[in-house]
Amino acid sequence: MIEVRNVTKAYGGAPVVTGVTLDLPAPGLTAIVGPNGAGKSTLLSIMARLSAADSGSVRIGGMDVATARSDLLARRLAILRQENVMTARLTVADLVGFGRFPHNGGRPTPQDRDRIAASIAFLNLEGLEHRFLDELSGGQRQRAFMAMVLCQDTDYLLLDEPLNGLDMRHAVETMRLVRRAVDDLGKSVVVVLHDINVAAAYADRIVAMKAGRVVFDGTSRDFMSAPVLRGIYDMEIAVHEIDDRRVAVLDR
Amino acid sequence: MADAALRPSARRGTVVLACLAAAAIGCAVLYMTIGVRGSWAFVLPFRAPKLAGMVVVAVAVAFSTVVFQTVTQNRILTPTIMGFDSLYVAIQTALVFGFGSRALATLDADWRFVGEASVMVCFSVVLFRWLLSEHGRGIHLLVLTGVVFGVLFRSLASLLQRVLDPNEFSALQDLLFASFNAIDAGLLGVTATAVGVCCAWLLSIHRTLDVLSLGRDAAIGLGVPHRRLVTRLLFVVAVLVSASTALVGPIAFFGLLVANLAYLAVGHRHRPALLASALIAVFTVVGGQVVLEHALKLDGVLGVVIEFVGGIVFIVLLMRGVHR
Repeated sequence: MIEVRNVTKAYGGAPVVTGVTLDLPAPGLTAIVGPNGAGKSTLLSIMARLSAADSGSVRIGGMDVATARSDLLARRLAILRQENVMTARLTVADLVGFGRFPHNGGRPTPQDRDRIAASIAFLNLEGLEHRFLDELSGGQRQRAFMAMVLCQDTDYLLLDEPLNGLDMRHAVETMRLVRRAVDDLGKSVVVVLHDINVAAAYADRIVAMKAGRVVFDGTSRDFMSAPVLRGIYDMEIAVHEIDDRRVAVLDR
Repeated sequence: MADAALRPSARRGTVVLACLAAAAIGCAVLYMTIGVRGSWAFVLPFRAPKLAGMVVVAVAVAFSTVVFQTVTQNRILTPTIMGFDSLYVAIQTALVFGFGSRALATLDADWRFVGEASVMVCFSVVLFRWLLSEHGRGIHLLVLTGVVFGVLFRSLASLLQRVLDPNEFSALQDLLFASFNAIDAGLLGVTATAVGVCCAWLLSIHRTLDVLSLGRDAAIGLGVPHRRLVTRLLFVVAVLVSASTALVGPIAFFGLLVANLAYLAVGHRHRPALLASALIAVFTVVGGQVVLEHALKLDGVLGVVIEFVGGIVFIVLLMRGVHR
């Protein structure tokens, strides 16, 4: 259960997130969508304790993220950010191995090695284990970070635009993987997405933000309607029903 | 599978570290024994403190630079960037200005160091708290502020020096112009203890430092209490820089040189990188001193040579775009 209570955050006087209250039951896949600058990533980073809210609170699995011990929280909650720049030169296996840090404090056990190998296999990175991150393509690097986050083996996952830089195949595979993590492993995933069709196809629930506020919170089926989308994006988006699925088509 | 690949590189790292250790110890032995005439009773008290001083400085500079680079996620920065050496000069100048050189001379050297180090630590922690409380990503602002503060302290010091009594000024110069050739042996005990404690702590948390090098967001995600850890690390860096500056004066590019050589030799994992940088630093300082003192008969230029080589490395790194 993720409980967001009246969270507000401003940067230099300009409000970015205003009075957001959400209840995301576990398990489940929630997509946060909305136009640029709506406050999606800021909300996610507050949920992930990467930035502090000006007021309000976030509880994840009963722990208040602002006050709970960071190392204990890291066993319940994993995060993947948009930009992952680092100075250290790491191999894929090294990076994925860091996902076990909250559990083993940096001293890998044989079980940890199995988990690392499993995560690498899960994201089709076999054969790339010993390549350095700066030798990989953008999509491969993104998958390596995804493997690290999965390797952390937490109940809650927060993913900030995980499809950035992925081609269609890897985007679909990533979303399927996330879906499987929810259905088979009972995890709760919150994912910031830009493509509303992807969001509607995979998410149980969609939260739409605009100008720092939640303007829609409901099922993906309810989300995919022309009036709702117009209200969020201020543009005409036609919604067609194909094979029982609603698909948004952009105006030309 | 990952294990199998880690093993050869780990073994290679051990071999490299062993070679570096042998080289560093070899230099130290050479420094102690070369050209020795007469009794050890005479040579030992003359050379041993100097060797010990060089080792303390080398270790302090190496550890502080590697840790500072991890904290700032930047491979061409050194703690000197934060304006520590100029703060040291400013503190010394202010002390002479305020109390007079005679009062200082009566002050115990250990307590003088503890006082100066405390001022530097306070400065760094206050500056850090103030800058990082604003937004999440204050580290670049911190470094820029450090540069500006460096200029400010230098200007303050030179202003005070200009209005100082000439006799007092010459006493001040004695205090300031510590160098590899004129190590302040009276400070050895207290600085060696401080450096030893700091370095032992850094080595004990090397796994957490590895996580920190993934960057702030990833480190927090993996459960590292980032803010608290970085505050402590800056505290330790301040102590280490104070120790080395008190012993031999400001050195800017030396840390840069040894840290980057260490990354080249053993990679970025902190345990090997910290050890390798310290060993390379000892090798460079002591070896350089042996060559300059005995082979070239050039006393007193070691600092210049190290800064010259370090400066070239700095430019090469800049040109190759290792700015992150």
